[in-house]
Amino acid sequence: MDLRKTEEWFFRVLMFLSTMVIAVSLFMIIFSVLYSGLPHLTWEMISSVPKGGFYFGKEGGILNAIIGSLYLSLGATLLAFLLGLPLALFLNVHLIRYRKLVNGVRFVMDLLWGVPSIVYGAFGFTIMVFFGIRASLLAGIITVTLFIIPIMVRGMDEVLKSVPRGLLESSLSLGSTRSETAYRVYLKQSIPGVITAVLLSFGRAIGDAASILFTTGYTDYIPTSLSQPTATLPLAIFFQLSSPIPEVRERAYAAAVILMIIILIISISSRFFSKKYHKNKINF
Amino acid sequence: MDKAKITISNLNLYYGKQHILKEINTIIPERQITVIMGPSGCGKTTLMKSLNRLTDLNPDIKVSGSIMIDGRDILSTHDDITKIRKMMGLLAQRPYPLPMSIYNNIAYGLRISGRKKKRFLDKRVEHYLRQVNLWEEVKDRLRDPAGALSIGQQQRLCLARGLAVDPEIILADEPTSALDPISSQTIEEKFNELKSHYTIVLVTHILRQARRIADYVIFMYLGEIIEQGPAKEFFENPKEEITRNYLKGAFY
Repeated sequence: MDLRKTEEWFFRVLMFLSTMVIAVSLFMIIFSVLYSGLPHLTWEMISSVPKGGFYFGKEGGILNAIIGSLYLSLGATLLAFLLGLPLALFLNVHLIRYRKLVNGVRFVMDLLWGVPSIVYGAFGFTIMVFFGIRASLLAGIITVTLFIIPIMVRGMDEVLKSVPRGLLESSLSLGSTRSETAYRVYLKQSIPGVITAVLLSFGRAIGDAASILFTTGYTDYIPTSLSQPTATLPLAIFFQLSSPIPEVRERAYAAAVILMIIILIISISSRFFSKKYHKNKINF
Repeated sequence: MDKAKITISNLNLYYGKQHILKEINTIIPERQITVIMGPSGCGKTTLMKSLNRLTDLNPDIKVSGSIMIDGRDILSTHDDITKIRKMMGLLAQRPYPLPMSIYNNIAYGLRISGRKKKRFLDKRVEHYLRQVNLWEEVKDRLRDPAGALSIGQQQRLCLARGLAVDPEIILADEPTSALDPISSQTIEEKFNELKSHYTIVLVTHILRQARRIADYVIFMYLGEIIEQGPAKEFFENPKEEITRNYLKGAFY
């Protein structure tokens, strides 16, 4: 057997093995979560709040955490979108002459992306102490917003960056202002990518535990205002999995399954929506 | 000599330290086709882009001199830059349709200048699509995305889109270089019709295209204007050695 064939064989085996390692561990995670969680995913589990306290009560479910997580991540995603979209457009359309500044902002965003979420949690906590706010849905939304803004902005930025210069020149030549170019041309051309960025951020928001550990608190109830603390799915896992009571642990497993299903729905809808809004995009 | 629409005096343009345009002095006559010709990299596209100040988008570009359009220096004016740009329709090397429907590609320019009534827009869209011979091909699918059209159709759509904002000048940067011969011919024919209303500046490196439609020729080489004049004179009796070589196809 000559050397090139051996080389080819070696890399084939290597690629096969690494693919298998990744695929098997992924399926094991999914399997173990479903195995421990699915049997407990009863109607009571997803339709009622815990009775007798989330840490000791054997009755009730995790509705408080499901609703709380949705409130928190929808709120944070909306807020991050309202702040992030103008920033991403501003960087790519208005600041096109200021390459150094734009690259600086990108660098900072990349740094912030890399900051662990517990640091955001600690920062949020410091702010809360400073303003005298207690752990609440609002404090959580603000902290998570800060945490996902870099993800949102850089996600949008990467798609907006790929809009060709010729399209900018065309739009300006028709007498558009920079803002008209940004919102009517760049945004339209980038809608699939913008949707992906939003859903990716939502996925990060709903799945993160550390940033909300100090900021949202945890309760048995569904919050009725922004100033109340709220339960969330990641913390439902964190707090209840360590309980000595098996019924409480069941709630943690069920929360894990729900969280996984939500993430799955987000991934699938992200693909669906980016295909759907692909229609008007020009393929340059 | 006919009336000058654009007068360029002592125009110098630097890209970083590179001297791209050197002491450009020329005129562009009104309602004629002026062809800017020359080998690749001679600065002809840059010269065209400085006319509607797309050169502003690049921070490394420094421009000096003056470009007078209807007696107003667009390089030093404090007028709204969008108004200056709107005066000039742009046709790029390859079509850049806007990411929206065929209809909205034409209506866009009208809408941003405040014309929003549907009946008015419908009429104008049809008018301009007819003007570029596109109406018959697309009238049943005006709501389809513009990206679904062929490249030749897209380029005609871009021409119509530019005309719809009522410009006085059409800037065309090798507009047929990505097109098939039939679409190229349509564009050339359109230019010949349009010159009765518009001042057309066409950048091209296709010698035969220049011969076919030019009224006035500016020949550039390495950032300088080597020779310029009415097309007939330029092609039949070129004065400079470089021009004669270029016309013979001796280089490029």
